[in-house]
Amino acid sequence: MLIAAGSMTPNAIADNFQVSRQAVSKHLRILVECELVEQDAKGREIYYQLKHEKIREIDDYVERLRQIIQSRFEDLDDLLEAMKEETK
Amino acid sequence: MNNDLFFDFTVDKEAKTAVITREFNAGLDLVWEAFTNHELLDKWTAPQPFTAKTKYADFEVGGKRFYAMVDPDGNALRWALQKYTSISPKTNFKMFNVFADADENPEEFGSDWDYTFSEEDGKTKVVISIYNESMERFEKMLEMGFVEGFKMTIVNLDNLLDSLK
Repeated sequence: MLIAAGSMTPNAIADNFQVSRQAVSKHLRILVECELVEQDAKGREIYYQLKHEKIREIDDYVERLRQIIQSRFEDLDDLLEAMKEETK
Repeated sequence: MNNDLFFDFTVDKEAKTAVITREFNAGLDLVWEAFTNHELLDKWTAPQPFTAKTKYADFEVGGKRFYAMVDPDGNALRWALQKYTSISPKTNFKMFNVFADADENPEEFGSDWDYTFSEEDGKTKVVISIYNESMERFEKMLEMGFVEGFKMTIVNLDNLLDSLK
């Protein structure tokens, strides 16, 4: 979540944790493959930063599913009300 | 009216699990029926204008439910097979859910569904935990199970709006 604040190099990220630069690079590579993080070469250093719009896409997707599930349950709410009437 | 009923939906990618928690304003007996009796399931599980139609169902351990999502013209859009693996009446049941063709031939991969029911103060809480080995398939399943019909509904609405212009 460090790179949420701004772009950073793998060395700078590793300094914040008890992990090697290699380990950080490996994680970053996966995140780049998933298109959640993008890299930007500045001279000899590569800076990494979060793709905020991609994170938002995932949030939107989960939110959409949430609304669909909720609308099914609202139909069930109505059905349960009808069932309660019947058993009265 | 139902806004005060608790609802939560979380996706845990690492555990390859989605958990849905929902409270219903009815007693345990009715809610259990609504989730296990196929005639009732057919009434609420498909989004408008589609309907769920059960071809046959046998709610017992080792039993199956074979059903389809049907469009307004009566065409079966997608078949699915549910195999009940564990049943503790009015407390919990588990099933394996897999999409299939019209001849009941299942697709290679499915998902495990675990339903837990509990009643308190006249309300019934249902916790549904869905596990799928592959996250990719899992997303596909959620897309198909919940979104496919929804997308088509939107397309229909778009067509309607276009025809009104």
